[in-house]
Amino acid sequence: MKHDIYSTEGLYRIVEKTELSPTVSRHVIYAPLIAAKAKAGHFVILRAREGGERIPVTLVDWSPDNGTVTVIIQAIGKSTTEMNAFKQGEFFSDVAGPLGTPVEIKKWGTVLGVGGGVGIAELYPIARAYKEAGNKVVSILGARNKELLILEREMAELGEVIVTTDDGSAGKKGLVTDAMKELYAAGQAPDAIFTIGPIIMMKFVAEASRPHNTPTFASLNPIMLDGTGMCGGCRVEIDGKPKFACVDGPMFDAHLTNFDLLMKRTAAYREDEKDSLERYARDHQCRIGLH
Amino acid sequence: MENKPKKPTPSIKQNHGRHQDPLTRRSNFDEVALGFGLEEAVSEAARCLGCKTRPCEVACPVNVKIPEFVDLVHKEDIGAAASKIFETSLFPAICGRVCPQETYCENACVLKAKFGPVSIGRLERFTADYARNNGLVTPPPCAPDTGKRVACVGSGPTSLAVAAELRKLGHAVTVFEALHEFGGVLSYGIPTFRLPREVVRFEVEMLRRMGVRLLKNVMVGKSITIEELRKDFDIVYIGSGAGLPTPMNAPGEDLVGVYSSNEFLTRVNLMGAYKFPENDTPYYIGKKVVVVGGGNTAMDSARCAMRLGPENVTLMYRRTKAEMPARSEEVENAMEEGIKFEFLTAPVELEGDEKGRLKRVKCVRMALGEPDASGRRRPVPQKGSEFYVEADSLVVAIGSSPNPVIQKTTPGLAANKWGGIIVDEATAKTSLDGIYAGGDVVRGGATVLLAMKDGKAAARAIHEKLSLKGN
Repeated sequence: MKHDIYSTEGLYRIVEKTELSPTVSRHVIYAPLIAAKAKAGHFVILRAREGGERIPVTLVDWSPDNGTVTVIIQAIGKSTTEMNAFKQGEFFSDVAGPLGTPVEIKKWGTVLGVGGGVGIAELYPIARAYKEAGNKVVSILGARNKELLILEREMAELGEVIVTTDDGSAGKKGLVTDAMKELYAAGQAPDAIFTIGPIIMMKFVAEASRPHNTPTFASLNPIMLDGTGMCGGCRVEIDGKPKFACVDGPMFDAHLTNFDLLMKRTAAYREDEKDSLERYARDHQCRIGLH
Repeated sequence: MENKPKKPTPSIKQNHGRHQDPLTRRSNFDEVALGFGLEEAVSEAARCLGCKTRPCEVACPVNVKIPEFVDLVHKEDIGAAASKIFETSLFPAICGRVCPQETYCENACVLKAKFGPVSIGRLERFTADYARNNGLVTPPPCAPDTGKRVACVGSGPTSLAVAAELRKLGHAVTVFEALHEFGGVLSYGIPTFRLPREVVRFEVEMLRRMGVRLLKNVMVGKSITIEELRKDFDIVYIGSGAGLPTPMNAPGEDLVGVYSSNEFLTRVNLMGAYKFPENDTPYYIGKKVVVVGGGNTAMDSARCAMRLGPENVTLMYRRTKAEMPARSEEVENAMEEGIKFEFLTAPVELEGDEKGRLKRVKCVRMALGEPDASGRRRPVPQKGSEFYVEADSLVVAIGSSPNPVIQKTTPGLAANKWGGIIVDEATAKTSLDGIYAGGDVVRGGATVLLAMKDGKAAARAIHEKLSLKGN
């Protein structure tokens, strides 16, 4: 079916919603212009409703034929909790994109993907694109526990998967970097590494690959507002120079990234975020997200 | 409607309209200027002499038929007055508020020297507000469809003007906006206390009522390229503005609490962060705020910051009051609201705490030296004049340049070294066939009125091109 990419008819309707875990949901959203243009590494900005905030989310999948894009959202704050409460057939107020610079897809040889938590969802389209470009794909998937482990089956279709959990409830007990070190020790050094997940994890992935000089790229997740390069709220420091993650990234050379600065800047609104979620939970007798 | 005899009463003093009291308004985001009531408007309209030579209309960048609409206000036929304005401008409630009339129409008014000019801006605003609130607005008629398709990139003042003009002439117009609200700087930049959002929404909605297609959430250059648009449209007009913030390049600019004015104003105005947590977007403003710059954006930033309730707001400008590019009315408003001004001062380094939050600003005093390229005297740092100012928030409002994304993704589109798109002045044509540009993306950060003027001129050139045989 041919979709009119300039039509506003039915825009941002959730055509399919699946709960992957108690806090993680997959949304398939009608947005034909984005579906027609999306590439691995692109993201969108979502806004749930009038008065809602703008949230950047990486595209997991897209179908120009269906005119749909797929995102996976983990409920960690007010807006994401509210989005995951949406039912099939409801509408996002806004989905802007595709934004950012797509990942450069080429033949490296063996590509190692290291995904943490909901970052696994963002790793998936990149790993898939590398596989399609003729690379051997190996993935290390890390999660706090078994329940938070997502897309294991989909990733396994692309190549070998190594699972690590903090509590040992699935795969190996330990961190993704432990599994990386084992690969290097076994003489299975990858030709390139792509990592997406919590900042602290990406920082240690970069430190683990640095002595081996393996090209390593991290998808950075600073606070974003517009996502179009007009405010600089998402600025990151790469090789000592400022870059805007929303237009220049979000994927950057991990060995040149100032992760400590990124961590400080993402903590800017922590108190407000907590207030906002608590207020929402109180108003909705919500049991998710607060522990 | 009763037809009152027109009795010129210019000797009555100009009525500037009422304002919210400074001490009240500095803690709310309601409109500062309260506007005319019907009686005030009619009596102010009576001052107009109806000059045959129309110096006011000539001075207006979009040539509003001022003597006619003011006469209709005097006759209390406000619906007709609004329709008269719509003949040349679809955005009177916006222009009546943000246009610096003192340098355009009111500057040319023959009454100016002796009695003070007719308050044309206030009358335009009154006409638009009254017509809107009383259901008297009728969109202007559009010519039969020509079958020609025009894409406008951006929905700020210049694109809105192009869309309005070309739609009236019967062309099919689609406007592409990257954000979720239309209006560009009218929505994200200018604060609600100068320009309420419902005013912008209503005047943009007029375009939709005329058949203009408005698409939000599409960032041209990323979501879709100019080349792709050119395949589906006969003409592409680039009015994407100058939305890239200029950094100070001072050490410490990455500290938490340091904002570009674009980020600060977008949070507060577009996202409604001043109503957090009712709205979801947070802002961070500490007890002591410093705003750097001397333009209207700096005034807007300082006045927004003041309304968020800090202990104090200091505006730092490296030249003196005389060189400030901001409208003098805005500077006076800011001063009345208690904003402290530090002239001949510039920050040189920002210092933070262990959590990476701004703590204090190292500043230096300036003296004015020789004139620079802009003709203003260049500020020269004074040796040994360094001092510190405590601050936990700082807003950088020292200018902006065009976002380079479109220029980078459009091969062959000529741009100058600061990213401005190069156009033929008479026709607004770029280096590429069928692609036109205007407003801040050509001029760099200028004014709403110049952007609208560019749009009107470009629309004339585009219409001529589309009307050529074989096109």
